[in-house]
Amino acid sequence: MNVETFIQHALNSLTLGSLYALIAIGYTMVYGILRLINFAHSEIFMLGAYFVFWGVTLLALPWPLAIALSIAFTAGVGIMVDKVAYRPLRDAPRISALISSIGVSFFLQNVAIVFFQAIPRAVYRPEWMEQPFILGNVRILPITLFVPVLSVVLMLGLLYIVYRTKTGLGMRAISKDIETSYLMGVPVNRVIAITFGIGSALAAASGIMWALRYPQLQPIMGTIPGFKAFIAAVFGGIGSIHGAVVGGVILGFIEIMTVAFFPDLAGYRDAFAFVLLIVVLMIKPTGLFGARVEDKV
Amino acid sequence: MNKSAIFLLNIAAVSVLGLFLWWAEGSLDGYKIQILNLIAVNIILALSLNLIYGFTGMFSLGHAGFMAIGAYVCSILILTPDQKDTMYILGGAYEWVQNAQAPFLAAVVAGGLVAAVFGFIVGFPLLRLGDDYLGIATLGFAEIVRVVATNVSGITNGSLGLKGIPAHANLWWNFGWCLVTLYVIVRLLKCNTGSVLKAIRDDEIAAKAMGVNVFRYKLLSFTVGSFFAGIGGALLASLVTTIDPKMFLFTLTFNVLMIVVTGGLGSLTGSVLAGVGITVLLEWLRVVENPISLGSFEVAGIPGMRMVVFSLALIVIILFRREGLMGMREFSWARLLGKKGER
Repeated sequence: MNVETFIQHALNSLTLGSLYALIAIGYTMVYGILRLINFAHSEIFMLGAYFVFWGVTLLALPWPLAIALSIAFTAGVGIMVDKVAYRPLRDAPRISALISSIGVSFFLQNVAIVFFQAIPRAVYRPEWMEQPFILGNVRILPITLFVPVLSVVLMLGLLYIVYRTKTGLGMRAISKDIETSYLMGVPVNRVIAITFGIGSALAAASGIMWALRYPQLQPIMGTIPGFKAFIAAVFGGIGSIHGAVVGGVILGFIEIMTVAFFPDLAGYRDAFAFVLLIVVLMIKPTGLFGARVEDKV
Repeated sequence: MNKSAIFLLNIAAVSVLGLFLWWAEGSLDGYKIQILNLIAVNIILALSLNLIYGFTGMFSLGHAGFMAIGAYVCSILILTPDQKDTMYILGGAYEWVQNAQAPFLAAVVAGGLVAAVFGFIVGFPLLRLGDDYLGIATLGFAEIVRVVATNVSGITNGSLGLKGIPAHANLWWNFGWCLVTLYVIVRLLKCNTGSVLKAIRDDEIAAKAMGVNVFRYKLLSFTVGSFFAGIGGALLASLVTTIDPKMFLFTLTFNVLMIVVTGGLGSLTGSVLAGVGITVLLEWLRVVENPISLGSFEVAGIPGMRMVVFSLALIVIILFRREGLMGMREFSWARLLGKKGER
């Protein structure tokens, strides 16, 4: 393998990795606060992608407007999901909320099958995106660079919110102890709703870019990226935002590079993440940046 | 009530079931018989998941994986070498796959045993994990099984799957296995092991403090659960006569989970009742997916609507009736016959 192909693969890995990272952030934030695997997150990702393309093709909206509306709309769906399916179960055993989230995931997926139809659809891309620019022997599609850059911007914005604003303070407080935060006057439900909103917006952004990168839409498109992003979050240490980012990028690299170096294994690519997950959980159950959790007696 | 009376009542119940099946076989049409068969298979699956999740508290989402293993093992064993010759067009089957043959009963048991071995092997590393992580890791296991099944075409014929599997699984086989499953799991739960499993479910740390070897019991429960999941998969394969890796998506696990949660986590009676109810509902809901003709009008069916209604039902159940149909209560003859103070 020469340097050019390696750079090409590295760029692809970075793109894929940052897409995983954006989804993983949603998982990690919700898990950090509610200790809930939000299975519906992968459907939020899918909805984000669909909304923008319906906006562009059916409503003939300009791209930026369609993207903004789609993100806003998807964030709204995320908040609704929390309100309808998780909030009534806050005091219930955690497993109830988990089952509820599986139900919501199936519900959204099947609503998408009903309304958008199960057949995969080709995605129409703006023309400038089809023009690769060429550096030496490396062909780079604009989106390959655009995705990591935008992801970094979004993550910086998120870190600002979490570490510099009052809402962020609330999130961090709730993730330590939800009951005490409530007693201390943190508007728990509002902060959780905002968390879902932000997580869903990032998943929508990822879904849109995913559809531009791998131009196909289908109602089940969220499932595999969703699982992998969750694994990235576990790998990085669930509850930690930089953990999710690092985990996502590493997962992207492992996936692309394994296929690049061992083409015979290409058929197994969807299994790498799960193998990695099991290995990581065996060696370091709390992930790279995860805090140690003691069993409470 | 004394033991012999309960024994007689049980015998009577089984005979009634037998009479019903005999009547059904003679007078119901093929579609209804197929639904009855599915009911039996779904009950087996629900009972096995309930043992793992409802009675031992291990959140496992890997049922489809164990079912896939059982289904493939059984199908390979009951397909004739001639059939395999014509079917494995992706480079042919391995020699031992090509020549493997067994009667149906042995094939089903083999499916269960191989699934149990896999349950034991993956249980070893995974069962140390806490509930959510266990869920996602077992889900990962099921996905890995599916990916492997798609790629090892010498054994599984890859994504083309296996067709023309002999349809040995009739009412008698399916309900027979259903009774065996029920019997084994009831026996297991009634003896000391059952109490230990429930203790682990209710408070693992306390159980450990009492000197229970938690890991060993979890592994036992997981292995037995995997065994019956494999049996269920094997019967399902012979029932639908066609399998391919796509059949064993997460949706399949979801259906079983739905039955267990609806019936009540930790209630075998609930699993049986919900197994009947949900299987019938799932079929009946096909109505919304088929075109409906009202006089001369034709209302187009809505593909996918069935699962929309279904997932909505699961959400509603978990929101408003968290403990499911039966909670943790079980059927008993004494209660049915109104004898108070006895169990």
